[in-house]
Amino acid sequence: MLWLRTWALGVKSLLLHPMRSLLTVLGIFIGVASVIWLLAIGEGISQKAKEQIEGLGADNIIVRSIQPPDDDAGGFSAPKKYGLTRSECETIEKTISTVEKVLRIRELPYKFSYAGNPDVKPIDGRLVGCTSGYAEVTRLQIEGDGRFLDDEIDVSSNVCVLAGDLAQYLFPYEDPLGKQIYMPESRYYFKVVGILKPKNATAAIGGSLEAQDFSRDVYIHIKTMERRFGDTVIKRGSGSFSAKVFELSQATLRIKDVRDVPRTAEVIKATLEAGGKEKRQDISVIVPYELLEQAETTKFMFMMFMGLIAAISLLVGGIGIMNIMLATVTERTREIGIRRAIGAKRSDIIRQFLIETIALSVVGGATGILGGLLCPHVVELSRSLIQQFAPDVMKNLPEIVKETEAIIVPLSIPLAFCISVMVGVIFGIYPAMRAAQMDPIEALRHE
Amino acid sequence: MVDSSLACKINDLTKTYKLQSEEVRALRGVTFDVPQGDYVAIMGPSGSGKSTLLNLLGCLDRPTSGSFFLGKDNVAAMNDDELSTIRATRIGFVFQSYNLIAQLTVEENIEVPLYYQGRLNKDARERCRELAALVGLGDRLGHRPTQLSGGQQQRVAIARSLVNDPYFILADEATGNLDSVTTDEILQLFEKLNDEGRTIIMVTHEDEVSARAKRVIRLRDGLVQTDLVTENRVTNASQIAESDLGSSGSASPDVTANS
Repeated sequence: MLWLRTWALGVKSLLLHPMRSLLTVLGIFIGVASVIWLLAIGEGISQKAKEQIEGLGADNIIVRSIQPPDDDAGGFSAPKKYGLTRSECETIEKTISTVEKVLRIRELPYKFSYAGNPDVKPIDGRLVGCTSGYAEVTRLQIEGDGRFLDDEIDVSSNVCVLAGDLAQYLFPYEDPLGKQIYMPESRYYFKVVGILKPKNATAAIGGSLEAQDFSRDVYIHIKTMERRFGDTVIKRGSGSFSAKVFELSQATLRIKDVRDVPRTAEVIKATLEAGGKEKRQDISVIVPYELLEQAETTKFMFMMFMGLIAAISLLVGGIGIMNIMLATVTERTREIGIRRAIGAKRSDIIRQFLIETIALSVVGGATGILGGLLCPHVVELSRSLIQQFAPDVMKNLPEIVKETEAIIVPLSIPLAFCISVMVGVIFGIYPAMRAAQMDPIEALRHE
Repeated sequence: MVDSSLACKINDLTKTYKLQSEEVRALRGVTFDVPQGDYVAIMGPSGSGKSTLLNLLGCLDRPTSGSFFLGKDNVAAMNDDELSTIRATRIGFVFQSYNLIAQLTVEENIEVPLYYQGRLNKDARERCRELAALVGLGDRLGHRPTQLSGGQQQRVAIARSLVNDPYFILADEATGNLDSVTTDEILQLFEKLNDEGRTIIMVTHEDEVSARAKRVIRLRDGLVQTDLVTENRVTNASQIAESDLGSSGSASPDVTANS
């Protein structure tokens, strides 16, 4: 009852100077909203990174072949052999017991077109040789009632599965299932037996900076690829001719138990480098599990940094409160004198002024939370505005700006609220103490 | 030693201020009693220790030595919180410049001392309204101090001073800011309250004001120069004065030169 009255009185006093109170509240509003915003954006970015890494699979180890840099400027050169070989893969599969499954993949850049529609220009894509396990490991999903390259497939027949985007491009008006696609470079026809649902790009792997893009893939069985395309890739340029030889682009090793991942990775590295004195330059071993752990650390650092920025803005808001309250205390010296003379204890005066600062900061905190909750919408809105009024700018923005969504961290709301109350108490206590320490006689004399 | 019929009892009260290296002896040993129902005017030129005595009587300050009994309690030995409680429960202040709280209404201003005692309930509210009616402001409960005249504000202050049923009302130049007509009204109100048995101690430098009290204490250089009973006691309230005299030995009815 009495507390209620004290609160009512505090609010009343604050409303005597609405503009002043509003500006003070604004300081806290910005501080609290920025806590929520920064945490939300930080969370969004790290979530994105985590998703990409998880796309690789935490229980996988990826061994990837790396093409050595072209050191010849032109002319002819002997075919270079590099990368992971089929026999190495077999060794790993047979000798390392923690490896559950080995998935062999070979990728070739290729052009594709639709055999039944000569108007469609051949499109640059990627021919992927793999087995049925590939879809599961990379979390690709079949659209409709097609099927991925299951094990009953006849490896001597030319059948393929198309990525969703590519299918759309090649077959804008038709159902691709059962139709033939054409590869102009090798003059092969492949029959489409399945279409994949579109999938977002995953994190960059194998030292390349670009994320792995699944949107223009054509999947065929790796055995088929071996038979039809061989191990040699010939590149013809104007006045140059080069060939490279590699057996596998990548092997994805599924590990039985996630906890064995780091140890197994060590063993695999040792196995692959056995015999060789130097570190092998044409192979890299990627451990998404480690990346995931790294990402957690990065996220933590990032959040700390964001938190620091938010803390600074809250500090500024708090100083604003303190400033105003000191002015208020001076201004209301006489009122303090009167209250003391007619019976207020020092603690009553402290309570009165503290309640005013807490009221200011709570209002700032509450509105700040509302402002903070708007974050994802504001991000979305500003993105669509840029898209609408400056599409060119949008196009040139980095991927992370285009796609990151702000994710409100649930904890940030009570956190922000507690912080705002604490700011009120911490920055209110000094002005309140000053008010309470005044000599009532002096205060009464104050004009 | 402490008489229950006394509103307050002051014994050899001194107060010394330190101003840099210099010591200022504002009060040098003041002794007097105020019986319940008395109406005392304290007078004196500036520098006589009038304000210091007022601050001590109002429990806003502590004496350097001596004792000051309010009822059974020696206020001189109390700490800040205890003094606050005493101010809230036993003293009613009326100031020269009214000292109402600007953001509160008349009713809320009267309630403030009760609020600090934690005694603000429905009955107390009712009592506040009665007091407002007593001082003639029953129809102005919702007004703010700035909407009232000086005399009206002072009435609110008087109502506020009465709300805790104090041992005495301490009025500091209560009519100093008012014109003669309003001064007369306020003094009439004091007289009415005194007739009802309220004890009033009033600090003033105006002879017309002090002339309406029952007793005048004059200070000079930190000492009581004269302590006189005026005609008012004899004519208006002789029976109270008699009973007072019978019970309090030290306050003699005639000139007491406590020098």
